[in-house]
Amino acid sequence: MNISIHPLGDQALLIDFGESINEKTNQQVRQAAAQLDEQKPGWMIEYIPAFSTLTILYNPYYIAKQIGSQDLLPYEWARTEVLALLSQSSTYHSEERTIEIPVCYGGEWGPDLSFVASHNSMSEEEVIDTHMNGDYLVYMIGFAPGFPYIGGMNKKIAAPRRDDPRLSIPSGTVGIAGEQTGVYPIETPGGWQLIGRTPLKLFEPDRDRPSLLQAGDRIRFTSINEAEYKQLKEGEQ
Amino acid sequence: MISVLKSGLMTTIQDIGRYGYQKDGVIVSGAMDQQAHRIANLLVGNPADAATMEMTLMGPVLEFQEDAFIAICGGNLTPMIDGESVAMWKPLYIKKGSELRFGQPKQGFRCYLSIAGGFQVRKVMGSSSTYLRANMGGFEGRTLEKGDQLRFGHSDFHLPYSTEQLKPADKTISFKETSWFVGPEFTNYTRDDQPIRVMAGREFELFTEKSKEQFFNDPFQIDSKSDRMGYRLNGGTLKLENKKDIVSEAVTFGTIQVPPDGNPILLVADHQTTGGYPKIGQVASIDLPRVAQMRPGESIRFTPISHQEAQRLLLEKEKNLKQLQRGIETKRL
Repeated sequence: MNISIHPLGDQALLIDFGESINEKTNQQVRQAAAQLDEQKPGWMIEYIPAFSTLTILYNPYYIAKQIGSQDLLPYEWARTEVLALLSQSSTYHSEERTIEIPVCYGGEWGPDLSFVASHNSMSEEEVIDTHMNGDYLVYMIGFAPGFPYIGGMNKKIAAPRRDDPRLSIPSGTVGIAGEQTGVYPIETPGGWQLIGRTPLKLFEPDRDRPSLLQAGDRIRFTSINEAEYKQLKEGEQ
Repeated sequence: MISVLKSGLMTTIQDIGRYGYQKDGVIVSGAMDQQAHRIANLLVGNPADAATMEMTLMGPVLEFQEDAFIAICGGNLTPMIDGESVAMWKPLYIKKGSELRFGQPKQGFRCYLSIAGGFQVRKVMGSSSTYLRANMGGFEGRTLEKGDQLRFGHSDFHLPYSTEQLKPADKTISFKETSWFVGPEFTNYTRDDQPIRVMAGREFELFTEKSKEQFFNDPFQIDSKSDRMGYRLNGGTLKLENKKDIVSEAVTFGTIQVPPDGNPILLVADHQTTGGYPKIGQVASIDLPRVAQMRPGESIRFTPISHQEAQRLLLEKEKNLKQLQRGIETKRL
């Protein structure tokens, strides 16, 4: 494994699994995260997985106590712990989840569907079909609570960001920006092309795990009509 | 109960931060000046995770509906009780019916009010901190407004003095303070204008020689649009040697990233969990309380520090704060 460890300031360290964005590297990130979940080291405050890195916030005071009088800094100590952890053969097998996200495409829910279609010289139905048939992986959650960075969209339906970002995009909106697709978990401004909306709550502070999606999840978008949207939406309240 | 008669510029309930959910994209938030927040809690015998009120430049007007023990720490926003100026960095008894207000800001930017028992709000994901952009945590997920009624706890604190010591015999007096206060070694940082100590960021070496030099030599201006999420710093022309796409990865309180316009952004308490701009530096944790006390419009300068030295100083500071805590606790005797 070609990994390197770097300090991120004086209370965090970053494990770098390689620079590029690909499924294999991302899988290594998740594997290390799973090992940390299993061992729950007392010196760790939390970890933040990203595309190709895993950052660990550690408690330098806790570590200083562990070290005692040794002439060693908490970062060096934590680094050694992490290396030991990564060298262990893990029994972890990624339990792949596939989350189905029902989307009401077009109309008032996806006002930019026609733009995405004409931009790519397709019909709206073809855009929807292509969007539904992608092989999607959630690489990481970031930017906003529960916001998934999703890989795997077919480039045929790529579309540039809007020149004039909307001031408010409702939560649940499904959009396209460049070669990426995403779902807005909370109401926020943004420049994405909006193609539909899901009634699912991607982020719910009072749930055990507030984010519906997690790094490593597979996503399947399905198409629903307005009546189904409203029915599901009520169930979510 | 405390009634908010005037809201102030930006008043929120904060604590040590909401940890454990960054993997779900949930920001940490919490008090911008963790040192003032912590000492304020110590002075009224609260546990470290108790919630305090964070005030910004122009403080609120508060009416106490019951007797309370409080402390005011951080930037000096000129606190007054019933028109009389009142000391900071020490425990205070305030009588039911009294009014705490703030005058012209004298020094610093953010001030913290602690109350024995802590402000009681519904915890969200284990924390009382306000996360304004997601409208969650703190007091109804928002800044305090006129008419709000704040509850505070009546147990779970251990006053570092007997109530008799601090409660005045004269029932007409609206407040009383201890004779002792927290020493200047813990409070002087609010007026310390030495350069902020910064460790090299992960992409530091990718910047041009000129940019690296400029970063540590030239002052930057804190933009008026700066907020609890980040300080935008003007006056920079920081450039990478070669254009490079950075893959998004975690950032923390104190990360300094540089967008393509060359003006750095210093990320603070409400920073997003991840970022995709090159990171030129990282503020040493010991200097974050000083950053929190800087005002928009002020100039900020950086000076290099190794991460070893930053960590060593951080451990030393923690030792000193523990000593302060023991010192305050002995006041009971």
